Amino acid sequence: MNTLELKKMANEIRKDIVTAVHSAKAGHPGGSLSAADIFTYLYFEEMNVDPKDPKKPDRDRFVLSKGHTAPGYYAALAHRGYFPVSDLPTLRHLGSYLQGHPCMQETPGVDMSSGSLGQGISAAVGMAISAKISGKDYRVYTLLGDGELQEGQVWEASMLAAHRKLDNLVVIVDNNGLQIDGNIADVNSPYPIDKKFEAFNFHVINIDGHDFDQIRAAFAEAKTVKGRPTAIIAKTVKGKGVSFMENQASWHGTAPNDEQYAIAMADLEKVGEALCQK
Amino acid sequence: MSEVKKIATRESYGNALAQLGAENENIVVLDADLAGATKTGVFKKAFPERHIDCGIAEGNMMGVAAGLATTGKIPFASSFAMFAAGRAFEQVRNSIGYPHLNVKIGATHAGISVGEDGATHQCNEDIALMRTIPGMVVISPADDVEAKAAVRAAAEYVGPVYLRFGRLAVPVIHDEETYHFEIGKGIVEREGKDLTIVTTGLCVSESLAAAEKLAAEGIEAKVINIHTIKPIDEELIVAAAKETGKVVTVEEHSVIGGLGSAVCDVLCAKYPTPVLKIGVNDTYGESGPAAALIKKYGLDSDSIVEKIKACTF
Repeated sequence: MNTLELKKMANEIRKDIVTAVHSAKAGHPGGSLSAADIFTYLYFEEMNVDPKDPKKPDRDRFVLSKGHTAPGYYAALAHRGYFPVSDLPTLRHLGSYLQGHPCMQETPGVDMSSGSLGQGISAAVGMAISAKISGKDYRVYTLLGDGELQEGQVWEASMLAAHRKLDNLVVIVDNNGLQIDGNIADVNSPYPIDKKFEAFNFHVINIDGHDFDQIRAAFAEAKTVKGRPTAIIAKTVKGKGVSFMENQASWHGTAPNDEQYAIAMADLEKVGEALCQK
Repeated sequence: MSEVKKIATRESYGNALAQLGAENENIVVLDADLAGATKTGVFKKAFPERHIDCGIAEGNMMGVAAGLATTGKIPFASSFAMFAAGRAFEQVRNSIGYPHLNVKIGATHAGISVGEDGATHQCNEDIALMRTIPGMVVISPADDVEAKAAVRAAAEYVGPVYLRFGRLAVPVIHDEETYHFEIGKGIVEREGKDLTIVTTGLCVSESLAAAEKLAAEGIEAKVINIHTIKPIDEELIVAAAKETGKVVTVEEHSVIGGLGSAVCDVLCAKYPTPVLKIGVNDTYGESGPAAALIKKYGLDSDSIVEKIKACTF
């Protein structure tokens, strides 16, 4: 996909995030919207996957370590063809295969169950080690929240990833700057994030997580790195694309009411129309 | 009588892994800086490329094992019971149990028989923790023969398994030639009509010794070895309760939540029967030689006999 097509897809994914969370009357729109461009790039450009054969042994793997942003993940999977887009509003409903947090046994395309912060990156490390042991060349991607970096397990996993020279692993940090209790810098600052990963012997790339040219360049650069894992620190805006949600910690885990939903969709329709003019 | 051979079940674990590793290249072993103590060093030496030392980070180790399992590997994640079931409980529950991944947890140094290291390393709570996880198989072998068979059965079974091993050398009570292990099937080690002792792990040999002593006093105790605490052999336990009317459970674990509780869960629903629970009472252990601790905490054959005789049901 070219950059314009990626932008259009990301906007569709944002609309589906808001729609699903509104339908569920619960869920996490803020961090789903901030990561929408990354989800889009991974599933429409970067990863070697086949929605018709979700368990293909040599596929690239993705672990959503920040599992609460499942609405963004599910929307990307649905648009990529793993399951119908029309099922997205069943999110969090009783009996739905779209659980509040990703469940690999329920949802086609989900490579690992996640949701308890800090744990997804460990599973991703295990997948990357497996590829190395078996001499396979698939790559493993995992997306973490910036607040998630407060979990000690992230650093246990990072230490092992670098120690085992996992150059088939890319850790992406969605640095939207906010967590439930407020600004990450005020709650318990993980900054400087890049320096921390550098100290753990990662190759580190800082990007604007909403700029597809920078996202593309970062993933391409990661493929050239040998002998160590890559960390892409993506600066993003929590709630990106929805005027009243942007940079508001209160939209971490709240669903919009009917009135707010109408405003959110109007905001995103406007973005979509502007992209069609290009 | 010739001298009884004694082997710690952690040794059996390491030896069984080395053997299985040669048969199945999907078997990988993980450690958290304790390969020497968990005895997985034997596997590490034979298959260094399939041994992953995660360093002192048990939570991460469980997640890494989960990731390996999603790709078709059969990981055995090894540490002391305290850290495997205790420290890493939530990783085991959410990253292994919930997705029902094919991870085997090899937990050594369970119970007070850890000895001199003392209370911080003596896990008397692991059976309780692990059996509450939906879909988790919990196995506590009694001796070398059973432990090796259990490791093989765990490798062949698809799904999460918690294996409980000990540090202390324990008598080999089974014959390798005739022994048969099946997950979920208890073993009648001795027949008796007056009461049933249901036991597991290193307490099986102590219970058999206790049954001998009781027999000398005219009390015939049936002894059942429940090597699989989950799924538990309900049929065998209920039949024994019907047959003998009285049940005693003996385990090197807290009396809260372990084998005794599992047996009571079965009996209260299927055939209410008076049960005497013998185990580590609601307390921590302490430093000391293993044998002395087993005596002090009332798990040796003399203590078992004494408690059974004192019990009025």
